[in-house]
Amino acid sequence: MSTALQEPRVAETPNYLNAEYGWKSWLFTKDHKRIAVLYIISITVMFFIGGIFAGLIRTELLTPQGDLVNSDTYNKFFTMHGIVMVFFFLIPSIPATLGNFFVPMMIGAKDLAFPRINLLSWYIYIAGAAFALAAIVLGGVDTGWTFYTPFSSTYSNTFVITAAVGVFIAGFSSILTGLNFIVTVHKMRAPGMTWGRLPLFVWANYATSLIQVLGTPVVAITLALVGLERAFHIGIFDPAIGGDPILFQHMFWFYSHPAVYIMILPGMGVISELVTCFSRKGIFGYPFIAGSSLGIAIIGFLVWGHHMFVTGMSMYASLYFSLLTMLVAVPSAIKVFNWTATMFRGSISFDTPMLYAFGFIGLFTIGGLTGLFLATLGVDVHVTDTYFVVAHFHYVMVGGMVLAYMGGLHFWWPKITGRLYPEGWGRFAALLVFVGFNATFFPQFILGYLGQPRRYHAYAPEFQVLNVFSTAGATILGVGYIIPLIYMLWSLKYGPKAGDNPWRAKGLEWETSSPPPTFNFEKTPVVTEEAYAYGKEEAHIG
Amino acid sequence: MQLPLFPEAASSLAKNVDYLYYYLTAVTIVMTGLIFAAVFFFAIKYRRRSEDETPRPIHGSLVLEIGWSVVPFLVMLTFFWWGAQIFFENASPPPNAMDVYVVGKQWMWKIQYPQGQREINELHVPVGRPVKLTLASEDVIHSFFIPAFRIKHDVVPGRYDTMWFTATKPGRYHLFCAEYCGTEHSGMIGWVTVMNDSDYENWLSGGGSEGTMAQQGEKLFGQLGCSTCHLLDQQGRCPIMRGVYGSRVQLNDGRTVLADDAYIRESILNPNAKIVAGYHSDVMPTFQGQISEEQLLQLIVYVKSLAITGTPTAPPLGSAGQTQGAKQ
Ligand SMILES: [Cu+2]
Ligand SMILES: [Cu+2]
Repeated sequence: MSTALQEPRVAETPNYLNAEYGWKSWLFTKDHKRIAVLYIISITVMFFIGGIFAGLIRTELLTPQGDLVNSDTYNKFFTMHGIVMVFFFLIPSIPATLGNFFVPMMIGAKDLAFPRINLLSWYIYIAGAAFALAAIVLGGVDTGWTFYTPFSSTYSNTFVITAAVGVFIAGFSSILTGLNFIVTVHKMRAPGMTWGRLPLFVWANYATSLIQVLGTPVVAITLALVGLERAFHIGIFDPAIGGDPILFQHMFWFYSHPAVYIMILPGMGVISELVTCFSRKGIFGYPFIAGSSLGIAIIGFLVWGHHMFVTGMSMYASLYFSLLTMLVAVPSAIKVFNWTATMFRGSISFDTPMLYAFGFIGLFTIGGLTGLFLATLGVDVHVTDTYFVVAHFHYVMVGGMVLAYMGGLHFWWPKITGRLYPEGWGRFAALLVFVGFNATFFPQFILGYLGQPRRYHAYAPEFQVLNVFSTAGATILGVGYIIPLIYMLWSLKYGPKAGDNPWRAKGLEWETSSPPPTFNFEKTPVVTEEAYAYGKEEAHIG
Repeated sequence: MQLPLFPEAASSLAKNVDYLYYYLTAVTIVMTGLIFAAVFFFAIKYRRRSEDETPRPIHGSLVLEIGWSVVPFLVMLTFFWWGAQIFFENASPPPNAMDVYVVGKQWMWKIQYPQGQREINELHVPVGRPVKLTLASEDVIHSFFIPAFRIKHDVVPGRYDTMWFTATKPGRYHLFCAEYCGTEHSGMIGWVTVMNDSDYENWLSGGGSEGTMAQQGEKLFGQLGCSTCHLLDQQGRCPIMRGVYGSRVQLNDGRTVLADDAYIRESILNPNAKIVAGYHSDVMPTFQGQISEEQLLQLIVYVKSLAITGTPTAPPLGSAGQTQGAKQ
């Protein structure tokens, strides 16, 4: 960012970037847009740290023998990859960056309800990240991101407490962001911005916030208990002193399944924005997309046991969790169908953000459907804890969430920075990401059904060919991530001026200047139409 | 270069799981294909032809919304039903299943057969006969996974889990630990050898120099001093052993419990947890931390061998004059 800031801006209109200069003006800012930028920088750093671990994992798995690093090191690699990516990239990714920037703007507000708490949440995130990085630098953690007991509480002799403290702390930043969004959406909407007119990105972030506020305390408590068990041998999870190791899994997944929706719902919100803008058409089935976000948030709390079908959970609990998991897939399906229907008779352009949206719809569909394999009891017994699971959740988390984040970042980049990114490079990188991603993770479905367990440092020789495909794909994927990093940094200085609304998009954020002024709007906007009011006449089918 | 796409199917369960998997895969391909085709078709057909196009909005359709909620859910219910059926059928072993005892330990599988054979990272089973595994862990959670059989079960410390299968095809198959368990997790692997009946009988008669598991358990029963209080046939300070296993035991708090593996295990490790009616607590010391999971299983098999088969025995009630004694 700094290069862009030092540029002379004599002729420029006042905006949030040139309102003040110097590092203090950033570190003590209460402007939600600047805090969003701080978050973008922070999570980008974490993303590439997590990505380096992913690269090391895939390099080791090029050959069946554990020959690049020793087992302990490999175990630390996948643990750190998981912890960094889940807790320090995916969970904050869209809410803390694009949500932070655009939720207030989209509802016509000057800022979030609690600007100081918003800044505090970033500092808390940084403190959490510092602990996680300290755990890496001091020697690493080897429990897997899931911290299963009694391995984590009794047996591991790595920096479990340091990492758990990092996750524990970062949780509070997530809670505060959620709280801030809930209050903001309730209390700060501009005149005329009724609930029925809220952009779907706002609905998605609102539903996400509910999960963040209700779910995150549970994982905080759970990790605190792991720490206490480790330090004082209380007997909560360790059966040798009267504890129950399975209790940990119930508590952990009670948060971590809903957390999957913390990671994916905001991405779905982005896709609703992209599909409408680049089809230049109102959303198909607004109330169903909005309502399905809330449905996912609620039902998502009732399905955690699907991670535990082979733990010896009771038959009836297993039946219940299997059935409810089928049910929670319905709202996701509704969204996919509605996005597709939105394109019907639209005016579709192929700009980079829309390419990411296409990718999202396809890959999320595969991710969601393969989730049903795992919800199906008889099949889950075979594929759980194999690479099938790894492939499934990467289709959702990377094919879904990361693509949505990339799409959203490209879409709003002109608004955030006032500059255009190079469109040709954008499309090329989006294509690389799509191809690289599928080459990496599709073979893993096959590997999983063949029986390759996850978290294996060395594997049976007959699995090698598919693993080589996977590693080759990861290389392409890595290039697909690095190209945008380069051209986006380049565009900060050399990108052409964007203008206020380069996509001719609807939405209040496009009605103000790019970059927006400190208080977002010259005067409080008054909303007179529904979201995505592309075209004037109305038509109905069905 | 090997490039297998499907694992071998070597258990009675495997084909069923595969058929369900094919069904799920087919639905996935059809659905993904439909979505891809629609997106692709719309993107081409309705591509932007001029910068000023403003298509008319379509707000939605209740009929479509209901349709694409209900139809997928009905399809998902077929997944649920079929999956639950397979799961249910394989929940409990048939009564004639032969027992094998498995202890998971960082980072190996220790297998014991009632006939006395013991091996590490090798499991030998006959073809066509149901086998019930009793799973115990010495330390962390492991997971016993035989891909060719399509079965997996977590091995949780502090309790017994069971799983069962009927192998259908002689051969050697992978055995993996599927739950991450520390440094050498990926080395906690082995082989399952499925043999035809005569080979299996030969193999069984080959090993077991220390006697059967029950005999080893009996020896431990003496060494650990259990036999001084727990007499076989007459009333001692502690409950009689003969006929306990499989009976319903009356406790002094009024409950009755089934004397199964879990009960015997708990009674050895935590004797005060359940006191047999008529006996006192704090008489028997705990053996927690003093015997291995393998020895525990030997003791259980021994106690099991003392069961009176046929009619369940009456709960061993203490006499009125009894002043001392603990359960078991
Ligand atoms: Cu889940
Ligand atoms: Cu293991």
